[in-house]
Amino acid sequence: MSYVYRSGHMLSFFLSRMLRAAITILLVMTFAFCVLRLSGDPAQILLGPDAPQDAIEAFRERWGLNDPIVVQYWAYLKSLWSLDFGVSMRDKSPALQLVLERIPTTLQLTIPALILKVGIGIPAGVYAALHRQSIADRGVIMMAVFGFTIPSFVVGLLLVLIFSVTLGWLPSGGQDTWMHGILPTLTMSIGGIGILARFSRSAMIEVLGQPYIRTASAKGMSWRDVVWKHALPNASVPIVTIVGFMIGSLIAGAVVVETIFSWPGVGRLLVVSVSNRDLAVVQCLLLVIAGTMVLANLAVDIMYGWLDPRLRSKSAAH
Amino acid sequence: MTALLEARDLVRVYEISRGLWKKPTLVRAVDRVSLSLSAGETLGVVGESGSGKSTLGRMLLGIDPATEGQVVFDGQPMPAMGTTEWRRLRAQMQLVFQDPLAALDRRLSIAEQIGEPLVIHGLATKSEVKERVAELMSAVGLRSDQAGRYPHELSGGQRQRVIIARALATEPRLLVCDEPVSALDVSIQAQVVNLLRDLQEKHGIAMVFISHDLKVVRNITDRVAVMYLGRIVEEASSDVIFTHPQHPYTRALVSSVPVPGRKLEARIILQGEPPNPARRPAGCAFHPRCPVVLPSCRTSAPKLGAVGTGHIAACHLIAQSDAPLVA
Amino acid sequence: MPFISIRDLRVAFDGTQVLHGVNLDVAKGEALGLVGESGCGKSVTWLAALGLLPGTARVTGSVTLDGQELCGASRSTLEGVRGGRVAMIFQDPSSSLNPVIRVGRQIAETLRIHRGLMGDAARLEAIRLMDMVGIPDARKRSDTYPHELSGGQCQRIMIAMALAGEPDLLIADEPTTALDATIQAQILDLLSAVRAETGMAMVFISHDLGAVSQVCDRICVMYAGRIVEEGRIDATFGNPRHPYTRGLFDAIPRLEGGRERLVPIHGTVPDPRNLSNGCAFSPRCDRATDFCRSNLPVLKPQPDGRFLSCFHPVTGISKSSCTSGQHESAAA
Repeated sequence: MSYVYRSGHMLSFFLSRMLRAAITILLVMTFAFCVLRLSGDPAQILLGPDAPQDAIEAFRERWGLNDPIVVQYWAYLKSLWSLDFGVSMRDKSPALQLVLERIPTTLQLTIPALILKVGIGIPAGVYAALHRQSIADRGVIMMAVFGFTIPSFVVGLLLVLIFSVTLGWLPSGGQDTWMHGILPTLTMSIGGIGILARFSRSAMIEVLGQPYIRTASAKGMSWRDVVWKHALPNASVPIVTIVGFMIGSLIAGAVVVETIFSWPGVGRLLVVSVSNRDLAVVQCLLLVIAGTMVLANLAVDIMYGWLDPRLRSKSAAH
Repeated sequence: MTALLEARDLVRVYEISRGLWKKPTLVRAVDRVSLSLSAGETLGVVGESGSGKSTLGRMLLGIDPATEGQVVFDGQPMPAMGTTEWRRLRAQMQLVFQDPLAALDRRLSIAEQIGEPLVIHGLATKSEVKERVAELMSAVGLRSDQAGRYPHELSGGQRQRVIIARALATEPRLLVCDEPVSALDVSIQAQVVNLLRDLQEKHGIAMVFISHDLKVVRNITDRVAVMYLGRIVEEASSDVIFTHPQHPYTRALVSSVPVPGRKLEARIILQGEPPNPARRPAGCAFHPRCPVVLPSCRTSAPKLGAVGTGHIAACHLIAQSDAPLVA
Repeated sequence: MPFISIRDLRVAFDGTQVLHGVNLDVAKGEALGLVGESGCGKSVTWLAALGLLPGTARVTGSVTLDGQELCGASRSTLEGVRGGRVAMIFQDPSSSLNPVIRVGRQIAETLRIHRGLMGDAARLEAIRLMDMVGIPDARKRSDTYPHELSGGQCQRIMIAMALAGEPDLLIADEPTTALDATIQAQILDLLSAVRAETGMAMVFISHDLGAVSQVCDRICVMYAGRIVEEGRIDATFGNPRHPYTRGLFDAIPRLEGGRERLVPIHGTVPDPRNLSNGCAFSPRCDRATDFCRSNLPVLKPQPDGRFLSCFHPVTGISKSSCTSGQHESAAA
């Protein structure tokens, strides 16, 4: 059928996406809630192995841990409805506040890392695609494979070994000065640079082989304009998907790196809270993380329509 | 004469989604098409994109279910797709596609693919399959040393021969060919057309030949049905269709065939585009492009009626001119 | 003096030669048909001439346009010629237009490059061109994207874009192959009308001899990277002399022919990686002798004005009687 048009309202598109987003978040919440309660007793862990039985019992009673899980879940949903995210079992401070406090610290790492990924990965991939089979192309491919196959904890340790231990130029942990941020940022960006370089390269190569690129050249456009005005806008669709995913993991993507470099961000909070079974904090964290990812996905979907009119919901022009 | 294949008032309605909260559009891709085909006969189905000719071809084989109407094969109604009876029947009716590379599995040798239908339908033992494959390959003009080759190692014409050999493996009584030579070069196209014709004459296979290439249709078919926007607008023997077309659309279509040596001025050039099936014009669907449109064409749809022996057409103008005594 | 002149053009991809020394002239205002089967080099010839082949292609020879050498010319020289003096349209109009740019803007781009038109002036001129190539409601359609238009309308946009640079020569590479029969006729008609109006020359590349005969004055038949026959369209179609040209004519089913057996050319197009030393067509040729299989014929002028590359050309009048003007329109 040659006459199939995607049509409908932007509003219906948006609402259906929002509905899907809400369901995703609810699923994540429920899953986290169940797993946390089935994987160990918070009272035991928080109070220690030597705590007397009646103290543990009192703790359980206070946090409602003796109720059936369905009752606990219902209570949780009810409190969420009134925007109450619970309080930490450790120091009784509001969970949401604990999480929000940490977000800027994490962003101090992830935003510069994202800028590096986008600023280096995309140009490198595009350059490689424009100079296929050249030494630069081979170099980019090699670096890309290196970047995304080596796990970030290995990269992190290597960087520490070189720049902190051997050369002594940069600190290996902590958050005292901007110098402390350099190694974790680098560690985090290397994999993303590799992924983006590879994706941009293949997206660009695909687009450069399309007939409309030949058309653009055939009308006498300079190669520079062909690349900037005709190839890049088309290649940007798949690239945006990856960048969107990276934006979605701005908050959650630093768990490993924060742990290696003792960076007191969201990732550290997550690791500590999970090992302490600090239920409210973990749940709140997961909710924030899931929310940002879903939002980023939604943004990507809207971007698609903006970048590619074929994906835009639009009624037939005939 | 009993027909081998008969289609009665076939209708195929597609739903085209228009978003989550909008009612989907219903498109009648095939709209009350009836036709019949005798054993050993070749029926050409011609029309432009959106005419529903490929959908009709798939419906004749039961691959695309009819929304309304019925296909009767050998006196029996077509069983529903996927049932055991349908599968058994499929051995007697085969499809030849336009794009041989897409229809072949690139990981299997061509001998395996030609023998596949025999294995699937359990029609032969292992040694029989081998023998039959060799037979089929020579019948379609493939060399025996090519048996172990893979699709990408063959030329387009050779691949189409593989498809034909595979379709013939089960000794079908009906072959539906959907643009079987459109992707081939002229010199190779002639080879494949000749091959199809020879095989058909030798085995008495009935054939539905769907194509937009009127020259090939002229050469291979006994009868031609012209489709426009899901309906048959004219049907007659191929001699009559190409020498005395009656429907204005058929006339334009026949005239639009570029014939070497014929100048452009001698052709009827239709205005406008082939219409969108989702927006069928009122009255006669062809009226917006028709060079001889009458006022009644805009409001009422003409019915198919006889305009000669074995010649039917759907046009108000023909109906009028056919009744000169009354006028 | 010819407008564009190709001399000994050779093209190789990864060491495989696909074009073996093509010589071709196009005069101002003339319409030349270039026919042959897939892989014969008919499109490659012109992509090479305009420097549009990928960097992996090795191109040698000479292409002069009004005396200016294009083969190996600088980027800026080529960019001035492309779309300006020589425009090109392609086989698959829907994918030849950029899917993310409005069609009006795509036409306006050419206007900016070659005629320096910007903004509203470019927009109005683009709409005028769309109107000229028969796009209904051009003002509104100029704001649509290619996927919202049919294949025939996309090809009209491509033609409008080609005309935007006011070219002296239009290369039409299989412009009607992907279109429906009635739309093919519309586009051929449009190309003829546009040529009559502007006086531009055209090279019409096609495998469809019928389409070529409708819009061209002169024809070149190519086989395996060489021109094998060249001549006035009436003479060549009335009496094809190269066995390959003749074979092509005989292989086409004829509308007035009825159910007669077709006469195919046996065998397949040769693999460019292992061509024989002799005439490339000799393995498929009924007239070939041992001499043909070991010696390479060259394109030579014939007494009747055509050019032919064959040791044993067909003589006499073709039995398939492809002479022009004999057939009355089937619909008349």
